[in-house]
Amino acid sequence: MNNNNVLLPLFIAMPLGAAFLIVLIGRLREAISDLVAVVITALLVVGSLAVAGLEPQVYHMGGWEPPFGINLVLDPLSTLLLIIISVVSFLVCLYSINYMTSYTSKPKYYGLLMLMIAGMNGVVLTGDLFNMYVFLEIGAIASYALVAFGTEHEELEASFKYLVLGSVASSFILFGIALTYSATGTLNLADIASTIGSKGLNPVMIFASALFIGGFGLKAAMVPFHAWLPDAHPSAPAPISAMLSGLLIKALGVYALIRLFYSVIGVGGMYTNILIVLGILSMVVGVILAVGQWDFKRLLAYHSISQMGYVMLGVGIGSPLALLGALFHLLNHSVFKSLLFLCSGAVEHSTGTRQLKQLGGLWSKMPVTGSTCSVASLSISGVPPFNGFWSKLLIIVGAVQAADRFGLWAYILAAITVLVSFLTLVSFVKVQRYVLFGALSEKLQKVREVPAAMCLALIVFAILCLGLGVLCPFVLEQLIEPARDVVLDKAAYISLVLPG
Amino acid sequence: MGPYILCSMILLLGVYAVVAKKNLIKIVIGLLIIEYAVNLMLVLVGYKAGGEAPILTEAGQQTTNFVDPLPQALIVTSIVIGLGLTAMVVALCIRLYEKYGTFDVLLIRRLRG
Repeated sequence: MNNNNVLLPLFIAMPLGAAFLIVLIGRLREAISDLVAVVITALLVVGSLAVAGLEPQVYHMGGWEPPFGINLVLDPLSTLLLIIISVVSFLVCLYSINYMTSYTSKPKYYGLLMLMIAGMNGVVLTGDLFNMYVFLEIGAIASYALVAFGTEHEELEASFKYLVLGSVASSFILFGIALTYSATGTLNLADIASTIGSKGLNPVMIFASALFIGGFGLKAAMVPFHAWLPDAHPSAPAPISAMLSGLLIKALGVYALIRLFYSVIGVGGMYTNILIVLGILSMVVGVILAVGQWDFKRLLAYHSISQMGYVMLGVGIGSPLALLGALFHLLNHSVFKSLLFLCSGAVEHSTGTRQLKQLGGLWSKMPVTGSTCSVASLSISGVPPFNGFWSKLLIIVGAVQAADRFGLWAYILAAITVLVSFLTLVSFVKVQRYVLFGALSEKLQKVREVPAAMCLALIVFAILCLGLGVLCPFVLEQLIEPARDVVLDKAAYISLVLPG
Repeated sequence: MGPYILCSMILLLGVYAVVAKKNLIKIVIGLLIIEYAVNLMLVLVGYKAGGEAPILTEAGQQTTNFVDPLPQALIVTSIVIGLGLTAMVVALCIRLYEKYGTFDVLLIRRLRG
């Protein structure tokens, strides 16, 4: 079980080293920074697929046995997140080669991007609570800088707002960690879990879990804590919006919540109810605010809140089927939302605007962007056979099946879920109508399709959308079900890290 | 119980500064107060009245009254992270002042919706 696989620390070390390497050698030629970024992220994709077949295992940093040293834990849940992070960041790097030429200083951009990837990989791999906080801050600080990358009025304002709220959340998380340490006397996640398992929850631990829900809930942009997201995500350059919406809110927010509340603290009725309420609020408020938006990227950002609500609802219901749907939706959302943000970036790159009312008729001029955007819109609205349909179906069936626990409320939950899905469809019909169809205006006559590397990234994402939908049973069996089993089996996580 | 109440109150004071103040620099100071409250909490978790420094002594001289060294290591890390964050936020404030010519958050609002 414990063969100290050297691949695990490489997931953190490679992007971290690349971040500084790119900034140093990128001064010589900008093309080198493109090359290094694409090669490193391609290696991460290969690595994450290579570890997907391995047994769950633990890497001891510096040879220190847990619970004393810091350890990296690779189990199917971490593997799922690692694959999502690697694939999306590889395609985003490919897309950035052309897109980021309109900004200055590409090496700094790639440097920050690599830091963000290192932070996210660290969060999903680490088995130590304080180590998780450190990686979370690495990822978060890099993302604050990336949101402000354009250094115009709006970008700076959005970044400041994001930074203030984000760092308050981080402080809450650290406060929760201090309380957890004072209550259990350890920082190793598995050790905390076994201590709580033997001693039970005391009031200090309950206060700490409230701080964790607030802190990680803000990172995941759940509704009472969502105010930063609709400003921060649209203000960033499009590839970064794709990274933030597709990866950061999941790795730093939802993954950490799932890991802490299922594998460590243990979910009871109180916690699941809180997660369900957060999920429902996010779904409903997010989609209602999204329908009225006229800025393409802001509309997408509100949909991120709404779709993360689905995931949180599935996590909160916590039955095997609902969790399966939630984890599958996590994967699907990162694919189709990244694709949508990249499409909005392509539209902005070609036309110079992202106001829906100034666009129209782009289908004839930009066939690749148009068709991939349609695929992503169908996926997010839950139209079969695309991937979004299956995960939403699983969550809705999971909600109905929870009738024995929630009674009538289960049907109301399912009905709200269907209604939100319908409103999502309405708002994406609006996007299609105003961006792709309709009359081509005078100003847009000379619009051309985006360069080949950007098209390639869009097409690969669109194929993933369709592939994950058509091959749904295979994906569920190979990737999602093992991850779901890890989430539900707290004892297995403890015995993996602390054998004997 | 004392340390929890003390640190929670300092933390809430910081949150109040972040929420209620209109000046960017005062908001930054609020963030720093929150951070120091958390650091203080970590110190107090490891504190032991009359404790000794956790240094490995010569064989035979077993001292049992050690102060917990782990929280102190955590604080050093969290101070360094706080430094990075402060540098970042102050740089943002300078850039915002260049663009808007003011530190007043009520005048810095182009984003809405």
